[in-house]
Amino acid sequence: MIPLAVVVFGLLSVAAVLCLVRLGRGPSMLDRVVATDSLLALVVTGLAASLFFGVDSTVLTALVVVSMLGFVGSVSVARYVGGMLTEADPEPEPGAESRDEAEPAGPSEEQR
Amino acid sequence: MILNSVLDVVAAVLLVTGALFGLTAGIGLVRFPDLLTRMHAGTKPQVLGVLLSAVGVTLAVRSAMVTGLLLVVVLLQVITAPVSAHMVSRVGYRRDNVRRDLLSFDQLAQATEALGRPSGTSGEDPPGDTPADAPPAASPT
Repeated sequence: MIPLAVVVFGLLSVAAVLCLVRLGRGPSMLDRVVATDSLLALVVTGLAASLFFGVDSTVLTALVVVSMLGFVGSVSVARYVGGMLTEADPEPEPGAESRDEAEPAGPSEEQR
Repeated sequence: MILNSVLDVVAAVLLVTGALFGLTAGIGLVRFPDLLTRMHAGTKPQVLGVLLSAVGVTLAVRSAMVTGLLLVVVLLQVITAPVSAHMVSRVGYRRDNVRRDLLSFDQLAQATEALGRPSGTSGEDPPGDTPADAPPAASPT
């Protein structure tokens, strides 16, 4: 039983350290987000494995909560980085309408 | 008696295999060159590792409540992993976090060209992150 625990938790610990390496090195925020997501999945695996070794089954409650909410962080950071959380364009000033009548071209959004 | 010990051995093997898949995900996260490939490593073998470990624990702890709750856990992991992977990879693709020289087939670029919309960033990057892994014009390092 003890060698099996050492093997299983050793493998998970090495994987967690590698995720931490990517968390530190990742050149962008999205790489760190992926590393955090993997870290949470490793936590889920480790908690499930601890049930095998005689831990009380109340960790299952924590397990369900972690697996349910673990992706909220990565989706939130992805939405922030992708610009979906910035405010909408402010309403145009009253003086802008006369400028629009003076412009012969169409809206500038299609030119991007 | 024998069934119990057989189930325990099978559960131990499944547990070690699940941990190995988690290690595979960790190695892939460190070694892969690009955001999308790291996403592949961080979600697919990872969820398989969770599944195998949960099956192993279910076989060892032969209890109905544990089985039901672990089924819920695995279902939630399977549902939420593609959502976060899709969001992160879509945003990363648009913000040039992707090494386009490593892509062998870019279906999203073809689709956006066919629709007439410009692909890539719109030029007005929101605050918070500078794009990394810009596609190199020369050969990759």
